[in-house]
Amino acid sequence: MNIHEYQAKTLFAKYGVSVPPGAAAKSAEEFDTALAELPEGPTMVKSQIHAGGRGKGTFTDGYQGGVKFCPTKAEAKEIAGKMLNNTLVTVQTGPAGRKVQTIYFTAASDIKKEYYLAVLLDRATSWPVIVASTEGGVEIEKVAEETPEKITKVFIDPAYGLADYQVREIIFGLGFEKAEAKNAAKLIRQLYNCFWDTDASMIEVNPLITTPDNEVLALDAKVSFDSNALFRHPDIVALRDLNEEDPKEIEASKFDLAYIALDGNIACLVNGAGLAMSTMDIIKHYGGNPANFLDVGGGASKEKVVAAFKIILGDAHVKGIFVNIFGGIMDCNVIAEGIVEAVKEVGHELPLVVRLEGNNVEAGKKTLADSGLPLVSGDSMADAAQRIVNLVA
Amino acid sequence: MSILITPETKIMVQGITGAFGGKHAGLSLDYGTQVVAGVTPGKGGLFFAHGDVKVPIFNTVAEAAAATGATVSAIFVPPPFAGDAILECVDAEIDLAVAVTEGIPVKDMVRVKRAMEGRKTRLVGPNCPGLVTPGTGPDSTGGCRIGIAPGYIHKPGHVGVVSRSGTLTYEAVYQLTVKDIGQSTCVGIGGDPVNGTSHLDVIKLFNEDPDTHGIIMIGEIGGSAEEDAAQFLADEKKRGRWKPTAGFIAGRTAPPGRRMGHAGAIVAGGKGGAEDKIEAMQSAGIVVAESPAQLGEAVLEAIG
Repeated sequence: MNIHEYQAKTLFAKYGVSVPPGAAAKSAEEFDTALAELPEGPTMVKSQIHAGGRGKGTFTDGYQGGVKFCPTKAEAKEIAGKMLNNTLVTVQTGPAGRKVQTIYFTAASDIKKEYYLAVLLDRATSWPVIVASTEGGVEIEKVAEETPEKITKVFIDPAYGLADYQVREIIFGLGFEKAEAKNAAKLIRQLYNCFWDTDASMIEVNPLITTPDNEVLALDAKVSFDSNALFRHPDIVALRDLNEEDPKEIEASKFDLAYIALDGNIACLVNGAGLAMSTMDIIKHYGGNPANFLDVGGGASKEKVVAAFKIILGDAHVKGIFVNIFGGIMDCNVIAEGIVEAVKEVGHELPLVVRLEGNNVEAGKKTLADSGLPLVSGDSMADAAQRIVNLVA
Repeated sequence: MSILITPETKIMVQGITGAFGGKHAGLSLDYGTQVVAGVTPGKGGLFFAHGDVKVPIFNTVAEAAAATGATVSAIFVPPPFAGDAILECVDAEIDLAVAVTEGIPVKDMVRVKRAMEGRKTRLVGPNCPGLVTPGTGPDSTGGCRIGIAPGYIHKPGHVGVVSRSGTLTYEAVYQLTVKDIGQSTCVGIGGDPVNGTSHLDVIKLFNEDPDTHGIIMIGEIGGSAEEDAAQFLADEKKRGRWKPTAGFIAGRTAPPGRRMGHAGAIVAGGKGGAEDKIEAMQSAGIVVAESPAQLGEAVLEAIG
């Protein structure tokens, strides 16, 4: 689960992490109240969406830049009016962009130097890792590729936590000045505590800055959380912004379906994540384009199949449906009955190819054939995939 | 022969009184597996009844092991308590813990994995279908089934199967069985980013098992476990040790930055993509199936 920058900074502040003074507004009426919380002087106006590249983004009405420096609060208010409820397109949003529904005002900081700092899980060791670099404001993948020597990494033993010498490694590795070191050390510790306590999957601060007064501040904040651990963090669940999620994905999550929208036109309905990914792959293999990833779960219950059909048919791009079920324990006939019922309930006229395999498959195929529905039964996964690709082409 | 489990292996089921655990304990008994104990705290002294069979339930893993000689545990405990259930197996020095549970917090697994270092217990999973060593009875009954895989699709034989997925593994096993290619042991290592046994671990075991003559490794996007296993196979080949190996990687068409159902199936920061894995596998001499419909054919091609 992702949260906005302003929410992440509120969370940081709880852990003592220094951030520039800031306040969020969700409507033009709230601009004055929010700005009143900031000191007079230069102010940043920051569009709040769950995507990176905001500063270099373009609004759909042609206005340039989703993050702006303003010399005065009055100017900040005017600029905020241009961003709010406008749609911002960045390298990460896709061409449709995202509607900006919250503006975050922050006091502009004097920057001495910019750094990069992130805490995440290292999959190879299964330990948390802090990744830091002297190249603030630059994407870490780019730094890793071009100048890996500018990156300092420390792996944190989960049995002991972050050790003092490791904090020093980062401080020396990044070359903080003596007068900054204490503040930097404090911030690194606080960020790590925040990561560990909240079950975050990643905390990224880019840039982290030092000021002429030797303060160390998180100027930006990107935080995502482990969905599996949300049950123990109701305060974090409360930060979820449904405006930032695909409505079909929200609907799917209500039925415990794993659904991800893609840009093709052949919808897939599959049981099991591995088979669901492979089904997308085999559609592509035969020259088609998958419209989604959809895992109805190993059991593929009737309720889930009905919900899945409704979600798939909510995508206007879909020109055909491929149901690929391997009924291991589950009786294929029960699954077939579920499919027939779902199709009857939701009613649609798109080409539908069903591939069933596994337990009691002959009865399942007979149920499909006897249903009178205009669906095609594939003989095998390859056969079924080719059929749906041909029907949609 | 087989790896990790044999038809004689005695298993316990943690969470046997839950609907999910109970259902699969029953299916394992039907398959002929020696399910000798259940563990549910507070229900010690009761029995799990399945047909004519009554399986004793214990309050703790240690008690269950001591009373029945069970050396393996299948864990069906809900996610908030599953990490603790694994640690209980470690403390009781169980040989193998198989965590079927999906949705365990990553932090719990990070701590559990650290606590398991240097200890006797091996973990398979979590978020995995478990293991099957097929038996010689009708529909491969008489074998050892731990977890949730459909037993009847298996056939005893000499190909080792290792995979991160559930239904995709069944698909592979089914394709093999239909082609009359039997399996030594099938291991589902699970779809989570932090897991116990890796592809590499299982492949090492298959390499050492005289009864495994070929291997199929099924991976997916995310992490670099498939590359590590491929590198090992390539190094072994240089030393003259080689078992014909086929493979498949799911998720060639997955968009970067999105988790594809499995918590571990994500291409992040340009890493964990399918093409890198396929390339590593092919350069190690693994026959990589072009599509998931060709898993069985890839094995046939590999074993010649």
